[in-house]
Amino acid sequence: MSTFSYAVADSATMLRRNLKHAVRYPSMTIPVVAIPVVMLLLFVYVFGNALGAGVGPGAHGHYVDYVAPGIILMATTYGSISVAVSVCADMTEGIVNRFRTLSISRAAVLNGHVLGGVIQTLLSVVLVVGAALLTGFRPHATALDWLATAGLLTLVVVALTWLAAAMGLRAKTVEAASNAPFPLTFLPFLGSAIVPTDSMPTAVRWFAEYQPFTPITDTLRGLLMGTEIGNSGIIAVAWCLGLTVLGYFRARSAYDKA
Amino acid sequence: MTTTRHAITASGLRKAYGAHVVLDGLDLAVAEGTVYALLGPNGAGKTTTVQILSTLSAADTGDIRVGGHDPVRDPRAVRAQIGVTGQFAAVDGKLTGEENLLLMADLHHLGKREGRRRTTELLERFGLTDAASKLPSAYSGGMRRRLDLAMTLVGEPRIIFLDEPTTGLDPRSRHAMWQIVRELVADGVTVFLSTQYLEEADQLADRIGVLNEGRLVAEGTADELKRLVPGGHVRLRFEDPAAYERATRALTGMTHDDEALTLQIPSDGSTRELKALLDWLEVESIEAERLTVHTPDLDDVFFALTTEPSGAPHSAEASAAQKATLR
Repeated sequence: MSTFSYAVADSATMLRRNLKHAVRYPSMTIPVVAIPVVMLLLFVYVFGNALGAGVGPGAHGHYVDYVAPGIILMATTYGSISVAVSVCADMTEGIVNRFRTLSISRAAVLNGHVLGGVIQTLLSVVLVVGAALLTGFRPHATALDWLATAGLLTLVVVALTWLAAAMGLRAKTVEAASNAPFPLTFLPFLGSAIVPTDSMPTAVRWFAEYQPFTPITDTLRGLLMGTEIGNSGIIAVAWCLGLTVLGYFRARSAYDKA
Repeated sequence: MTTTRHAITASGLRKAYGAHVVLDGLDLAVAEGTVYALLGPNGAGKTTTVQILSTLSAADTGDIRVGGHDPVRDPRAVRAQIGVTGQFAAVDGKLTGEENLLLMADLHHLGKREGRRRTTELLERFGLTDAASKLPSAYSGGMRRRLDLAMTLVGEPRIIFLDEPTTGLDPRSRHAMWQIVRELVADGVTVFLSTQYLEEADQLADRIGVLNEGRLVAEGTADELKRLVPGGHVRLRFEDPAAYERATRALTGMTHDDEALTLQIPSDGSTRELKALLDWLEVESIEAERLTVHTPDLDDVFFALTTEPSGAPHSAEASAAQKATLR
């Protein structure tokens, strides 16, 4: 076998290990689904009437159709907390030092964590989409739109997972690792997830318009609800790729240094 | 003359963390198929040495060969030959004992059938068959350590590093661990062991290096080290106070304990010296109840050669006094 196929085999072994962990210890994965679903219920059934009136005609009458794409993105950010915690917890155990003394691809440990994290988060996202459909979310998307949605969400999750892995590696304790991705979970709120950005105060609006989650949310909403995407699509993809590269290199350098 | 093949050599090893010098010019040579024990107090640099030799950390300077390769320039070639069992059990706490071993088999690319075979064999050899499907959290300290070592052996390494393998284990688990190490050496494996237990080094090692403040302060076989320090003596105990009195008056250069009626005579413990002493007692018609020979043990060596973390070196007397208070 070549070095590359060994690297693939080792990464697959590490992926199996991480998925086994996740199935056996779902305590970190459950909130990734539960929190966005609770948020969805809150925004649709508790705040929905007032917010829906404020959002206006762009929302096709139902606030759930406006907020659901935002809530779906929220699920991707909660997944990053689970990844940061599991990476950090792993690093504090002796097992990673054992992996370092093995003649295996050095990237394998991280690849396994990130692939495992991406699969877990995407499954959570599917469940959140299901919950949104149950609460009356009625996207009018074609099969191609759904495919593009899946692609976009995968890009977002890959980017957030590499960032979270880097945070988990750099955190000194598991507690710090669970706090580090916290700002990420607020980004959808400070974008167009809940309300349109032009209803925000000037300073916040300026931030909202230039942060990655606004073009991502707008693209997702466009794909699912047929609203105008414009150049948001390209900007969203560029953000995802850029953040993936940043997260990847920060994670690799932290792993090699530790 | 036969030439010795070395599994591990290191010369001029230096490592500092900031201003704190951990290793200060360490030289090592470990012959293939032997056990080398690095003995030293906490903070002497034992773990740092193991980490450098096992590719986990890089030395600031120094020339190293492990299994013929340089751990810095060619870490993969070194990793392919070594197995490391660290001070803290390096097992996956969320996988069962069996899954831990199968994980190692996968990472060594053994293939399904061979991986299963070796896992079953190691579980049996290390007395873990009944605990195979339990998580390590249900294991005792000794079982965790055995699983840890079993994981190290999945890849059949030719050179094994054991960093304080029995620290914190009860005597039975410790002896079980020693037996395992002896079996490994019988198979021709080279073992590099760090320990703070003198008895462990004495029991297992072919050669012992005494590490203190980042430097080897002595090196040799256990017997060679014991000869380095004074402290050997013969002890005579008497029943009859009159016999004790006469012996005390006749002998010079000894210490005596009037309450216990014992005499302590400096001696190297050789049969020639013992015979001379017994002949003398015979000629003088002094009857001694009991004679015991005390050779210096590694404790004497340890205390004579190593320092407290922030103290001056012990003199032989000071170390003897310290031992007296420890017992």
